[in-house]
Amino acid sequence: MEELEEMDLKDWFASRQKRKEIQEVIKQPLTTDEYCALWKQCFQCRELLYTRDLRTNLDVCPKCDYHFRVGALDRIEQLADEGSFDELDADMRSSDPLTFFDTEAYVKRQDEATRKSGLREAVLTGLCRIDGHEAALGCMDFGHFGGSMGSVVGEKVTRLTEAALERNSPLIVVSSSGGARMQEGILSLMQMAKTSSALKSFADSGNLYISILTEPTFGGVTASFAMLGDFIIAEPGARIGFAGRRVIEQTIRQKLPADFQTAEYLLKHGHVDMVVSRNKLKETLARLIAFHKPAPKVAAEKKVSGEPSAAGRT
Amino acid sequence: MATVEKKPIPLEFEQPLAILAQNMEALEKQLSDNPELEGDLERMQDQYNSLKRSLYSNLRPIDHLAIARHPQRPYTRDYFSTWDPGWVELHGDRKGVDDGAMVGALLEIDGIKMVAVGTQKGRTLRDKQHCNFGMPQPEGYRKALRLFHHANKFHLPILCLIDTPGAYPGLTAEEHNQSQAIAENLMELAGVTVPVVAAVTGEGGSGGALAIGVANRILMLEHSVYSVITPEGCASILWRSNDKVSEACQAMKMTAKEILQLGVIDQVISEPLGGAHHDYQTAAENLKKAIVAQMTELLKLTPEQVRKDRQDKFRRFGSFR
Ligand SMILES: [Zn+2]
Repeated sequence: MEELEEMDLKDWFASRQKRKEIQEVIKQPLTTDEYCALWKQCFQCRELLYTRDLRTNLDVCPKCDYHFRVGALDRIEQLADEGSFDELDADMRSSDPLTFFDTEAYVKRQDEATRKSGLREAVLTGLCRIDGHEAALGCMDFGHFGGSMGSVVGEKVTRLTEAALERNSPLIVVSSSGGARMQEGILSLMQMAKTSSALKSFADSGNLYISILTEPTFGGVTASFAMLGDFIIAEPGARIGFAGRRVIEQTIRQKLPADFQTAEYLLKHGHVDMVVSRNKLKETLARLIAFHKPAPKVAAEKKVSGEPSAAGRT
Repeated sequence: MATVEKKPIPLEFEQPLAILAQNMEALEKQLSDNPELEGDLERMQDQYNSLKRSLYSNLRPIDHLAIARHPQRPYTRDYFSTWDPGWVELHGDRKGVDDGAMVGALLEIDGIKMVAVGTQKGRTLRDKQHCNFGMPQPEGYRKALRLFHHANKFHLPILCLIDTPGAYPGLTAEEHNQSQAIAENLMELAGVTVPVVAAVTGEGGSGGALAIGVANRILMLEHSVYSVITPEGCASILWRSNDKVSEACQAMKMTAKEILQLGVIDQVISEPLGGAHHDYQTAAENLKKAIVAQMTELLKLTPEQVRKDRQDKFRRFGSFR
């Protein structure tokens, strides 16, 4: 539940405008919005990148390999075979079980989140094909309510797990979340147990679950379904953990290593199976799925039916 | 068992009561010389009783929080030793660490043998440090997990007592994968085929509490709290302020009564007036009765039924349209 907002590009431009530099650079100034739509600055190497180029490179900086955050829709486009994604529970929306109000009503915050992200909730789930393999795919979106898990995220991930179990297909969940959603209180907490319980049944069924951790994944999501994959893959540079960096620093009153809670740090400490670049992610998934496909049934049946006619029997 | 040696320390909201009690004491001392004060004392006593009743029947969520965190509140070890003075402690995660914040035990309560785990806060400073103020490291959760598997193997029911501010947010806790330790407990506890009863006795702090809370029946003591994040954390993130803790307590609906209304827990266990720290014996007895009753019912189920009962329970949680 840490705040992990990237530096807002609008702020960046605003500060530049204040310094009146931008007017000198651009003779006919674009509005900030227009400018943002065309250009994006790399958060790591500070290179200004043409948005269209960045997109064709799966939102990875061509200069320094920085992995930008990817929304759920783009993620599905990157992973699912074209036109194969069949969304489940598209209309499911949060209610307001606690009639929660902090400085603003939860219902109002929900509408705001939807206006900002264009999504109803912080996860999209559905059935699809990945390199021809059937799969159940869930993609979280940090851009919607910080990717937080409330009742809907928990329910959709649980239903997706059940759908995968019913079809004996592999389950893939791409996580990106600040943690449990405070505005649904204890019910958000219970989603951790609900998803994990569904995954227990799924694990018992012998089907494959691959969890992909992306920038950022924290709190109740990491401490439930995101850490329960048969395989856990992290994207380069992604920050992943249970508690947020600031909370830990305040608790232990000491400086943390610079690479603390990065994907690479997790790899070093044995928490994830591999760190995979975004442009290799789909082929990695396809390979892992293919590797775990049960041997074709035909061969097994032949063996059984071949037995009675075995020679030497009297 | 450790009984309350000292008088209960009054909480902030109990100050008016404490002042009245002091005045009464002073008056009582003068009584032998001034018998005419007898009437005043009686009136004061009435005042005290009615104030006490109204105070405890109108507790705000933050008052419950204060009682739940009271330094004299009975802890896991107090309950274990009241219920079964001969209880056997089980140590360690078998992988290198014995986490003092998580206590493992074999208990026999009213003839029911069970495996018990519980988070433990410390009483003295040294004790507190040993228990890490009730905040388990991943190794504590792995100790609990080992015992869950033991219970499952020997068909023993599981009891979990929850009283923790949360899982420890530290450097080594992260390095040793706190998230994975909690997640694995959620998954494995969901799948055991023996009855699981959990009781929140003090603070139910977030994922660190839930990691021993995936139970067929969940009980909460009257003044205990259970929440998705500490109210302090909630206030600092949503209100960006440290003095909105009371508002956060209220907004999150974290008291036993509210969580019962939300359908997440099964039973609220009443405490002695003012809280469990006023009378350990009564608090322990009330909780014991409820645990024994719930376990007795659950022990009638087959292993498959008991697992299904638990998974179905958690499957229902959520509110959406
Ligand atoms: Zn770059």
